[in-house]
Amino acid sequence: MELLIIAPLVLALVSALGSKWNKWLSVAFSLVGFALIAINSNSVYRAINEKNAFFNIVDMPWLGETIHFSLGLDGITFVLLLLTNILIPVIVLSLNSDKSPAMIPLILFMQAGLNGVFMAQDGILFYLFWELAMIPIYFITLIYSERDSFATTIRFFVYTFVGSLAMLASLIYLGSKSVNGSFAYNDLYNVQLGLRESIWVGAGFLLAFAVKIPLFPFHVWQPNTYTYAPAQGSMLLSGIMLKMGLYGLLRWYFPMASESIDFYQPIIMTLAVIGVIYGAIIAMRQDDMKRLIAYSSLSHVGLIAAGLFALNSSGFMGGILQMFVHGVNVVGLFIAVHIIERNYGSRSLNELGGIAKNNKAFSILFFLVLIGTVAAPLTNGFPGEFLLLKSLFDYSTTYAIFAGLTIILCAVYMLRMFQFSMLGEETQGTQNKHIPMIELLPLFILAFFVISIGFFPQWYMDIFQNSTKGLLNIISNAKGVLS
Amino acid sequence: MLSIFHSLEISHYIYLSTVLFSIGLFGVLFRRNAIILLMCIELMLNAVNLLLAAFTEYMGDKQANGQMFVFFIMVVAAAEAAVGLAIIVMVYRNTRKTDVSFLDQLKDS
Amino acid sequence: MNPIALILFFPLLGFAVNGILGSKLPKNVASWLGTLMVLMSFIVTLGYLNQIASDVENSIKWNAYTFLNIDGLLFKASFALDRLSIWMTLIITGIGTLIHLYSISYMDHDKNPAKFFAYLNFFIFNMLLLVLGSNFLMMFFGWEGVGLCSYLLIGFWYQNPSYGHAARKAFVMNRIGDLGLLLGMFLIIKNYGSLEYADVLPAIAQGNGGTVLLTSIGILLFIGAMGKSAQIPLFTWLPDAMAGPTPVSALIHAATMVTAGIYLVIRCQALYSLAPMAQELILWIGLATAFIGALIGLRQNDIKKVLAYSTVSQLGFMFVALGVGAYTTALFHVTTHAFFKALLFLGAGSVIHGVHERQDISVMGGLKSKMPITYVTFLIGTLAISGFPLLSGFFSKDEILANVFHHNIFAYIVLVFSALLTATYMFRLLFLTFHGTFRGSDYSLSDVHESNWKMTVPLIVLAVLSVFGGLLNLPHYIMHSGGLLSNWLNPTFLIFENPIHAEMSTEIVLISIAIGVFLFGLIYSRNQYITKGLHPESPQSGMGNVLKNKFYFDEFYDKAIVKPIEFLGDILFSLFDTLLLYGATFSVHPILRFVGQLNRKIQNGNIEYYLIYMVGAIALLLGLNLLLA
Repeated sequence: MELLIIAPLVLALVSALGSKWNKWLSVAFSLVGFALIAINSNSVYRAINEKNAFFNIVDMPWLGETIHFSLGLDGITFVLLLLTNILIPVIVLSLNSDKSPAMIPLILFMQAGLNGVFMAQDGILFYLFWELAMIPIYFITLIYSERDSFATTIRFFVYTFVGSLAMLASLIYLGSKSVNGSFAYNDLYNVQLGLRESIWVGAGFLLAFAVKIPLFPFHVWQPNTYTYAPAQGSMLLSGIMLKMGLYGLLRWYFPMASESIDFYQPIIMTLAVIGVIYGAIIAMRQDDMKRLIAYSSLSHVGLIAAGLFALNSSGFMGGILQMFVHGVNVVGLFIAVHIIERNYGSRSLNELGGIAKNNKAFSILFFLVLIGTVAAPLTNGFPGEFLLLKSLFDYSTTYAIFAGLTIILCAVYMLRMFQFSMLGEETQGTQNKHIPMIELLPLFILAFFVISIGFFPQWYMDIFQNSTKGLLNIISNAKGVLS
Repeated sequence: MLSIFHSLEISHYIYLSTVLFSIGLFGVLFRRNAIILLMCIELMLNAVNLLLAAFTEYMGDKQANGQMFVFFIMVVAAAEAAVGLAIIVMVYRNTRKTDVSFLDQLKDS
Repeated sequence: MNPIALILFFPLLGFAVNGILGSKLPKNVASWLGTLMVLMSFIVTLGYLNQIASDVENSIKWNAYTFLNIDGLLFKASFALDRLSIWMTLIITGIGTLIHLYSISYMDHDKNPAKFFAYLNFFIFNMLLLVLGSNFLMMFFGWEGVGLCSYLLIGFWYQNPSYGHAARKAFVMNRIGDLGLLLGMFLIIKNYGSLEYADVLPAIAQGNGGTVLLTSIGILLFIGAMGKSAQIPLFTWLPDAMAGPTPVSALIHAATMVTAGIYLVIRCQALYSLAPMAQELILWIGLATAFIGALIGLRQNDIKKVLAYSTVSQLGFMFVALGVGAYTTALFHVTTHAFFKALLFLGAGSVIHGVHERQDISVMGGLKSKMPITYVTFLIGTLAISGFPLLSGFFSKDEILANVFHHNIFAYIVLVFSALLTATYMFRLLFLTFHGTFRGSDYSLSDVHESNWKMTVPLIVLAVLSVFGGLLNLPHYIMHSGGLLSNWLNPTFLIFENPIHAEMSTEIVLISIAIGVFLFGLIYSRNQYITKGLHPESPQSGMGNVLKNKFYFDEFYDKAIVKPIEFLGDILFSLFDTLLLYGATFSVHPILRFVGQLNRKIQNGNIEYYLIYMVGAIALLLGLNLLLA
């Protein structure tokens, strides 16, 4: 499975050296990751049944004795690897203009970093991959942003980087306390922290993850970046990179600084729930479709973060499922907007309308992804949102009621977006234009997930059920030590 | 031989090298001509050399470690003088000046 | 194959085939396929009627698969065909078939009937999911699913922006209710550890759970019902929903979907019987809705809007019945209402078709000569809903009134008044549409035509049902052993429902009042609109204007809820998010820049200065070292 990191890097190099951009070749390159997972079904199977912690793949000394190059796998990791290696080909597929030659190598480079983040079993290695994944997105937004590219990108980069450094500080502190100064996951986890220490260490982790997720009010980088970044950049950011934050919360923050959970729980929950409503209310009034999706994403990940922080099994299960689902849906929405913008030259709701008339297939697919986001039953959004709200309800009724408003508000802004772009009379800009079928291919792939998760969520939940149970045990044990 | 050295107090060496070093230092700080700067640097280095030689002698170090340093410093000083003079020559060819206060073009505007 | 699977399968198949092949199928094939699929479900259901009838315990179960499994908390996709759900299934598929048949002709001129039938089939599927599900989760699936179909069908003619607006309004208002339902479900999970009816309801019936808990669950579930069944304050979507094609109004917004709320309450009979506060709430909300809906119906000129407000009002009647604990009666009224309201809507559709897509009754009048079948069936519908003796509506409404009379006399008076208004606005509608003189200006009476058989056959069938629907549950003074429906349903109730057997004399008084009410409505309307020949657009008094403008509910919601939220959204975005949050965060940037500018002065590029700094720093360090040592 370590090939999941090496192969994309090599392919990135190859495609960077290749002089001519070839769509199908780059799609094939991006599919290698998925193929590797499929080939390694044996270790995947073991990972799924792993109850306690990671199932180790590689472990060798790397930078001195204390920092190891060690990768591991379990059910949760596997779901996220699956998400990454499914979405990246879809994103590459959605890119069909040869005006952006550097995009493919950068995306492949990023794939390596993302795969690494999810598998890393060593504190420093985790940080390394975490930053490694940032480098390509920096260049993607810098080179291809539609406007203000430098200002937007540098703000986004520096802002997230500050958070990351805080995490590095926490990791180093933990490492300095661990047996032999080792940074291995298990050693870091075994470090016993006092409450004060734990709060500081937790703050470092939380800052990094809150910025990345992003949680209200750490989302300031998000709307502009999502809006002005190239469509593929927005997809990578919202579809996959954002999950790094949630995954970090789950895998690193909770076990490492478990003593501080009780301290941060009410704070984060409140911020997350505020974010849910805040994002939704702002999204209701946006004209730019990408900005609308950015705020809606803020609203949705707020719910996931709140569910995770409720620290019960339905919150964790729902949260992890929703990470996958949100990735699928938000990428689907961005692809739809991308298609609209490419064909009609605008993504402003004021200028669009009536696209459905000439594009039935597109409107069905768009609607499917959209209704998945709205979490209608029998689409993928429902099971996760149901479980998340249930977990919130178990934690506190008030929080559940406020967070529950999302099911109303989300319907408002999503349907508004659909109405003003797809329905109604055609405008001057949208008359008599047909979207080529080939552009819909990525949406077809995503539609499969919208429906299959909607009908059979348990199939997907089985992947990470054991690991989640194990993780929850670890966390509650760690918390129990102190209290 | 030895008595000649020892006829002087160690303090005299220290005073002398301090004076030499200070002359070099102030020369470096307040002169602008690049060649004089270079000469002043040599002066400072030599002040240190003198001190090193004197201390070695007074400490009775049979290994003469201090003297070894002196040779190192002389070699480095020679190399530095060669490179420095070469740079100054190039600067002079380009600007017709050897005044260091004009060499501020690396600065942004 | 499990019969439930079969029942669910046919509409889903119709949806899939029409949805995927859609435009490639010939119009006729697509529409007949859709109709046939619903008919098949109806036939299958009928086939199992006997089995259900033979024994109360003998319900058919189908456990399809485990939807979610969280640490042993199972959410199953499981279904059950019991006495209540088979009754609903028969209504849904039966009336559904008729309406599908009707739609074949109604949607003939549309560009894309395949899409219409796909949606309609999908609606039937979801509605069946709602009633056949044997747990709250499946019910919720259907519940949201029908909301979605309703959205799609209201906005079927999507090129009209105001239709799209109506569709969104319906969906969002339903979702407000859904949130209540969802929270109710969470409360159930938390306290009973399951969502299966078979686990939860018996536990409640056995007395597990305090009054507060049961009342909270009851109210939360009822909020869901309020949204779906268009009760005050969540009713304004239903009249707007008339933007959809008329068969949709008949099927979804009259006969089936809007009665889901009543189904929910009947299903949770054990819960509500033990939560009198919740029941009381249902009674008063229902009463207010019945009254206000009827009042507004008096002054509407759109043929479909009148019927829509009538539906709102009738749903209020049903909730009143539930509020006084008369569950069977409520279901009886659901049934008869499904017959006559579907009939009225389809009749209205036939009229709209006949007068070339006009809906304003002020340009109709005197249509009865041109549309005899439509007229007669519409008349029957009107008589049924107004409570003409021995028609279906007479029995069901009378039963409700009798129950309320024994419960609360004030509620009874208000309800009688609502019934009076019902008769009035219905006859007003009938007279203005079919009687009197023709008032059209931009078309002539000779253009009006009767609809073809595909439209009239459903009308006739429904008219027959509206006439004889009362037989389904004859009152005890006619049938001493109890009505068919009460005997059918009562054994399934976990908490015994005490039927009210009034004195014969009371009964006679009540019936006389009901007949009086009917006669008043008939005579008053006849006097106003036939004898006096009042034009519907005639000047209104103050109250008339208020009614015409629907008590300004929409305006109120717009000003009190929608506008403030929109304003908040704008403020949050432009002021808080962009200016304050973004500004504050990145105001670090100019500060750093300023400090940088200062630093720049020091780094002037002049080597002498650097040397001085260096020597100064060394001297400083040495000095410090000396001082500290």
